[in-house]
Amino acid sequence: MIVKTVPTPSLIFEKSSPGRIGCNLPVADTPEVDLETVLGPIRQSLDLPEVAELDLLRHFTNLSHINYGIETGFYPLGSCTMKYNPKINERTAGLTGFTHIHPMQPAATVPGALEVLAQVQDILCEVTGFDAISLQPLAGAHGELTCLMLIKAFHESRGEGESRRVVLVPDSAHGTNPASAALVGYTVKSVPTNAEGNTDIDALKGLLNRDVAAIMLTNPSTLGLFEPNIEEICRLVHERGAQIFCDGANMNAMVGTTRPGDHGFDCMHLNLHKTFSTPHGGGGPGCGAIGVKRHLEPFLPVPVVRRSDGGIVLDEQRPLSIGKVAAFFGQFLMEVRALTYLMAFGREGLPEISRHAVLNANYVKARLREVLPAAHDRPCMHECVLTAERYKKQNGVRALDISKRLIDYGFHPPTNYFPLIVPEAFMIEPTETESKDTLDAFCDALIAICAEASDDPELLKNAPTTQIVGRLDEAAAVKNLDVRWRPPAKPEVEAV
Amino acid sequence: MKVPSDLLYSKSHEWVRIEGDTATVGITDYAQSELGDIVLVDLPEAGRVVGLDESFATIESVKSVSDIYAPLAGEITATNETLGTQSELVNADPYGSGWLVKIRLADPSQAGSLLTPDAYTAVLES
Repeated sequence: MIVKTVPTPSLIFEKSSPGRIGCNLPVADTPEVDLETVLGPIRQSLDLPEVAELDLLRHFTNLSHINYGIETGFYPLGSCTMKYNPKINERTAGLTGFTHIHPMQPAATVPGALEVLAQVQDILCEVTGFDAISLQPLAGAHGELTCLMLIKAFHESRGEGESRRVVLVPDSAHGTNPASAALVGYTVKSVPTNAEGNTDIDALKGLLNRDVAAIMLTNPSTLGLFEPNIEEICRLVHERGAQIFCDGANMNAMVGTTRPGDHGFDCMHLNLHKTFSTPHGGGGPGCGAIGVKRHLEPFLPVPVVRRSDGGIVLDEQRPLSIGKVAAFFGQFLMEVRALTYLMAFGREGLPEISRHAVLNANYVKARLREVLPAAHDRPCMHECVLTAERYKKQNGVRALDISKRLIDYGFHPPTNYFPLIVPEAFMIEPTETESKDTLDAFCDALIAICAEASDDPELLKNAPTTQIVGRLDEAAAVKNLDVRWRPPAKPEVEAV
Repeated sequence: MKVPSDLLYSKSHEWVRIEGDTATVGITDYAQSELGDIVLVDLPEAGRVVGLDESFATIESVKSVSDIYAPLAGEITATNETLGTQSELVNADPYGSGWLVKIRLADPSQAGSLLTPDAYTAVLES
């Protein structure tokens, strides 16, 4: 089934008609000033659209209907955990007790807000197995960066800051990992993945020497596979005096079931906007809380929110702290949303998140086995990485072409070409919030498209054909992005 | 995939043309095809000395950002400045106008460990 073609909408500028007015201003109670006298002919030069309120409303409502989001359809974007964010989060985040306070207020006047921060920290400690949480980092990569700064401060405190200059990153890692390490001033070395999709332990042993400050490991890996040797890896890293950071992008596979702190990690970051249902991307902001073991706690950003004698204090007196990494306490209203989510599930309910996320991913992997085999055929975690290499060899149809065709079938495409070590990669993360009906419809679409890939490859190479735009030139979008509207040329107006 | 018979190759998909004590280096047809449309080529300054297998440039495509490794050690004597505005040449003509750098070789005997066209073809087919 193919959805209908969407007509190309006109721009608000094109709907403009001279003199049409969209608002009714109250009568001024101050003397009127002629704007043109004060500002010159700026009003004309701006060429603002002139529309009625109803035109405006229809324009933006129609635009919103072209948008695609989790509230319009399935969004299996791998590594992004595009789960549904329950609406009750918005209700609590909208309570005036939270929205009508200011971060500069004396702490004693906002005990409720401090309680939220302390409770989120307490629960996240329990969920991750770490001793302390900082909610200050403002996004995932910022959390990575903060953890590496803590690790650097830790080595410096032991007189090893100068000698430990290397951070190890697996070849399957998110690109943010080497970027964060480089930003802190470390040299990055790559650790290979073996044929089973695990960290190559022998290669790791060869790389682990006294120059290494840390290894950044994503578990489950970006291949959607749990690292079975994680405890041995942590032991090897600690034997060499290095630290091990867990990239928590894939925490949705572990919530309530297993804890990175117990695996032996020294620190991790969490994406509250992935795992704990706070809004994503343009609907953000992101939220990159971090968890650390006791030995890294002295270096945490200030102020540290901590319980003390029945109250909650904002502890600034921490001589070993790396300082602030953001203003105030992170994205406060996101913490309110995350707390709502955590408390709605409760201790008993949280494991349901990871169990259903893992079940859904394995179901999709099994249903697609014949058309898009898994890169590593073993049970996956919360996402599965499949390969479309067969179609590329057969008749030049790439993973990208299959994804573009999915748009015609009404689905948001999964992540393509990541991780980099899988040829023609298809990374599907259904999340726990999708029903079997939705997963079946998605798998049916992909199976139909893979048949088209063999029978009518041009159909895929020219897709999508049912949207307001067809196949975009991605290279031009990077090199020559031009989204500015320019008014049609007008006849020159003679100066008066 | 084109694998010209007058060049030498590395396992990481760079090609090398040796003339006297200087090597011209680029990426292979296979490499450009795998990367997809290339949008940025970040080349080093001339004069930089690079070690064998050292990353000396990065190529960004619509799919990924990739390090380019020096197939031979030496001093970079020239870079293909045209790629600053026309990175698509690496896609269109990887063995010609899409070349990356010229390296004055520190040790020409290193060329002995590069792959012949037949050996590189075997790598692609494996």
